[in-house]
Amino acid sequence: MSRELKETPLREVHLELGAKLVGFAGWEMPIRYGSILEEHQSVRQAAGIFDISHMGHLHVEGAGSSEWLNRMLTNNVDKLSDGEAQYTFLLNEEGGVIDDLILYRLEETSFLLVVNAARVAEAFAWMRANKIKEEIDLTDQSAEMAGMAVQGPLVAEVYSRIMGGRTLPRRNEVDIFEIEGHRLTVCRTGYTGEDGFELFCRAGVGSYWFRRALEDGARACGLGARDTLRLEMCYPLNGSDLSPERTPLESGLGFFVDLEKEDFVGREVLLAQKSEGLSEVLTPLVCLESGPPIRPGCKVFAPDGQELGRLTSGTLSPSVGVGIGMAYLPCDIAQVGTAVSVEVRGRMIPAEVSKKPFYKKA
Amino acid sequence: MNIPDNLHYTSDHEWVSIEGDLATVGITDHAQEELSDVVFVELPSVGQAVGSGDEVGTVESVKAASPIYSPLGGEITAINTELEGDPSVINSSPYEEGWIFKIRLEDAGDLDDLLDATSYEDLIS
Repeated sequence: MSRELKETPLREVHLELGAKLVGFAGWEMPIRYGSILEEHQSVRQAAGIFDISHMGHLHVEGAGSSEWLNRMLTNNVDKLSDGEAQYTFLLNEEGGVIDDLILYRLEETSFLLVVNAARVAEAFAWMRANKIKEEIDLTDQSAEMAGMAVQGPLVAEVYSRIMGGRTLPRRNEVDIFEIEGHRLTVCRTGYTGEDGFELFCRAGVGSYWFRRALEDGARACGLGARDTLRLEMCYPLNGSDLSPERTPLESGLGFFVDLEKEDFVGREVLLAQKSEGLSEVLTPLVCLESGPPIRPGCKVFAPDGQELGRLTSGTLSPSVGVGIGMAYLPCDIAQVGTAVSVEVRGRMIPAEVSKKPFYKKA
Repeated sequence: MNIPDNLHYTSDHEWVSIEGDLATVGITDHAQEELSDVVFVELPSVGQAVGSGDEVGTVESVKAASPIYSPLGGEITAINTELEGDPSVINSSPYEEGWIFKIRLEDAGDLDDLLDATSYEDLIS
């Protein structure tokens, strides 16, 4: 294990629980504690908890913050009231994705951006370089924070037990409060397709709250289960499914782009793409028979043998029981039901274009 | 960690059980533990002639594909087709029901390259 990897404030708990730690986005993170399949099912059926301390926290404060963020991000900041959150993109001038993130409006002139671990420095630098007003304060608080995501159908009960009867904020809303002398930020958000919340606190008290959630019924889950859970929902992973070379329209996430609002970075490119039409779009693929798991990098072929692209994500879906993946494919191929095949070690696995998501609750 | 004394081992975390000129091969308890949930096994073919160290199949977990090597040269005489239906047997019973293939030895000298239980334990500790 490289010595340069950053250690999460919850490391001690992970080691106690026998976690297998791996390098991810510059951090040493738990990939699993025991069985990935069991961790996956615990989130689908009960409640699981993930360390998300590696995610970045950027804070924006001051008069003019919302106008500036509207210029920097694709979604419409004006739709947020205090305590509300939205999924949004930070784009480069070419309309490519620097990061996908959750923006929280804490107050009228105070915003929190929760960004991907691998993009904290880049997002911060890009935003600082594009800062228009001196009075807006942009700070990176990532190093001071611990974070955990508690996800699953039973999280409301788990939360109530942890917080002494307190109820969860509503979906996509944030609650900031003091309890037992600690200041907590709790958001009803997640990356698994289940009900859930994300809790952020000072790094020093992170282990305490993680243990509390374990005691109150959440099972520790690693990045392995986080990846299978998010892929079953077709949620993109930045660095795999999203990249600076692809726009959110090509990623099929135009819902989080408001082309009607005033100018924002990348808007011209997106408008042009919209009027001219896309050539490729991120397409969900599902295997039609059991076989070796399909994985990122596997080639995708048309029935006539033409190579179409490569998977950006791929795994065996623990819930559906077959291979699932996503690839940027030509728009004429990207129609639900179109037959393709995915190559694994020279073997062609029959697959077809799927609806989103791969997994739906019964 | 279960490392039975009566088996031979390789540095690729496979075990070998010898009966006359017939060897049974699987992956060790340590290997299944490292891989975690085995979700797919690609088996060699019966009758296939293999050399010592040849890649003859694949064991896949949720996160990774891991090659299976033949620790000995010879001819594959049997494969455990049960694993195609339920690959998780490799996790629950790596040394018994989770055996992967049997091979008829060509050169008994190949056995000299295998590790005993103590050496394998040293390797993984």
